[in-house]
Amino acid sequence: MTDIMPPGLALKKVDERIMTLNVGPQHPGSGHMRIVVQIDGDYIVACDPDPGYVHRGEEKMAEYRNYITNVPHLERPVIHDSCNVLYPYVLGAEEILGIEVPERAKYVRVICSELNRCIYTMYWLAIYGIFLGHSTMFMWPAGDRELLIDLMEKVSGARVTHAHFIPGGVRNDLPANFEDVCLRQVNYFEKRIKEYAAVFYDNPILISRTQDTGVLSRENAIRYGTTGSVLRASGVDYDLRVKAPYDVYDELDVHTNVMKEGDSYARSKVPWLDMMESCNIIRQALQKMPKSGSVRTKLKPNPKTKGPATVYKRVESGRGSLGCYIVSDGKTEPYRVKMSVPSFRNLLALPNLLIGEKLGNMPSVYWSLNYWPVEADR
Amino acid sequence: MSSDSEKPAVATPEEKSTPPKPAPKPAAKTEEKPAELPAFEKSISDKLVEKFGDKVEVDFVKEDRIGIKTSKENVHDVAQFIRDDLHYDHAESVSGVDYPADNEIEVVYHLGSYTESSLARQVLTLATRAPRESNPIPGQDSTKLPTLRDVFYSVEFGEREVFEMLGVYFDGHPDNRRLLLPEDWADLPPLRKDFAIKGR
Repeated sequence: MTDIMPPGLALKKVDERIMTLNVGPQHPGSGHMRIVVQIDGDYIVACDPDPGYVHRGEEKMAEYRNYITNVPHLERPVIHDSCNVLYPYVLGAEEILGIEVPERAKYVRVICSELNRCIYTMYWLAIYGIFLGHSTMFMWPAGDRELLIDLMEKVSGARVTHAHFIPGGVRNDLPANFEDVCLRQVNYFEKRIKEYAAVFYDNPILISRTQDTGVLSRENAIRYGTTGSVLRASGVDYDLRVKAPYDVYDELDVHTNVMKEGDSYARSKVPWLDMMESCNIIRQALQKMPKSGSVRTKLKPNPKTKGPATVYKRVESGRGSLGCYIVSDGKTEPYRVKMSVPSFRNLLALPNLLIGEKLGNMPSVYWSLNYWPVEADR
Repeated sequence: MSSDSEKPAVATPEEKSTPPKPAPKPAAKTEEKPAELPAFEKSISDKLVEKFGDKVEVDFVKEDRIGIKTSKENVHDVAQFIRDDLHYDHAESVSGVDYPADNEIEVVYHLGSYTESSLARQVLTLATRAPRESNPIPGQDSTKLPTLRDVFYSVEFGEREVFEMLGVYFDGHPDNRRLLLPEDWADLPPLRKDFAIKGR
């Protein structure tokens, strides 16, 4: 257990050599994810992340709505990954309401979840590109993303926030001829993202700015409880789709992408590799999916719960393990909903990664954490 | 759906965590149907009961999930045992649940393991309760718990969140500062039940 960050804020005493900088907010919302750093010359000596306050209230609002009407607003924290953000809540609500899900709905969910993972990762990648001043990497993912957004629009009718998963299945069945269109788009998408290697991942400028910066050791990745691409880039083979499969993931062949370096380069590459794995999963799911059948268990508008219960469900989102802890007291609204989100968990590693780095490396380290500001403060 | 949703009926009758708590003394030890409890999870909860006796209460044992309740005096020792002997190595989340009817606030740690492959599916739920003041002065009243940060480093931000959202002060936490709320927040901790949303 080496290189442990100093406890808490640990900002150094005022010293004439030390300068305090507010980096951020990185989002147009008020007071949203700024990083207070202290620099000695070019080097960061102390770092205090401040996730900010924009959307806080999701968990409180969930106590005032029933299990069905919670669906459209609990997906808001990460609108580009809305299916996955909602997924653990829906799984938990199903257990509390005691609903069975039709087989076809499980496959539809897996397909939507993987499409959303790619949509999110492309957006994240676009911003990673522009953080490093790489305009091509901003424009290519932002454009290629449209292929998958079109698919999700065909499925749910909405381009960004789908509200497609509901307790009991999914809201609508796939449109006619979806399988063919999806397969074609996904195949083209996969071909397209492979080209990113030449322009981005093999680019010497990117490599010089990301390799050996912000190294997170395996021990610390476990100790900080990081998750998702941050954890896998540090050499821990842990993906919930493989280790604790939900819905029909245990019937699919999922490969976990692991890199050993733990630096910004590895953390930026693992999500890209994951996108290609997502394409594989979508193809498998399209093939194995039952060709017909119900996709939804009919529910009353205000369904009754089976009684007091607690449930903790987790899924692998675009950023990592996303958990939802639901406490039910037997009423039609949840007593408490707690979202355990990967951005919030990964943030704990940030001071450790930044202290000792040059200030100029901050963008590449910060965004390689796969951090989504709004998700952290929910 | 994953397997743990398939048979929720396996849990013991004490699974609820609602305000009217009937104080069930002998928890999972009086299993009516011992054959139905999943064996691996049962063996973990047995280790805890063997070590701590009636200091811990087994809340539920179901597939992939174990629920443990303990008092605030013992929570640190129990957590240390969970880390060192049961090999859970990180906390996934720290949740606070307000129970005004019991005059208590429950803090729930969800613990998981990356290093022990047999525990990859498991989540251990460690719950403890702190007394609740109706006029809270966060940090200066009796709503206190010992911190688990020296056991599980990953609870650092989670405990800070519970501190500002429910007013539970964590004794020994090096950094009990506000994390998410606005700097000029002067109202009740917002996730307490008596903090009502306007118009509701």
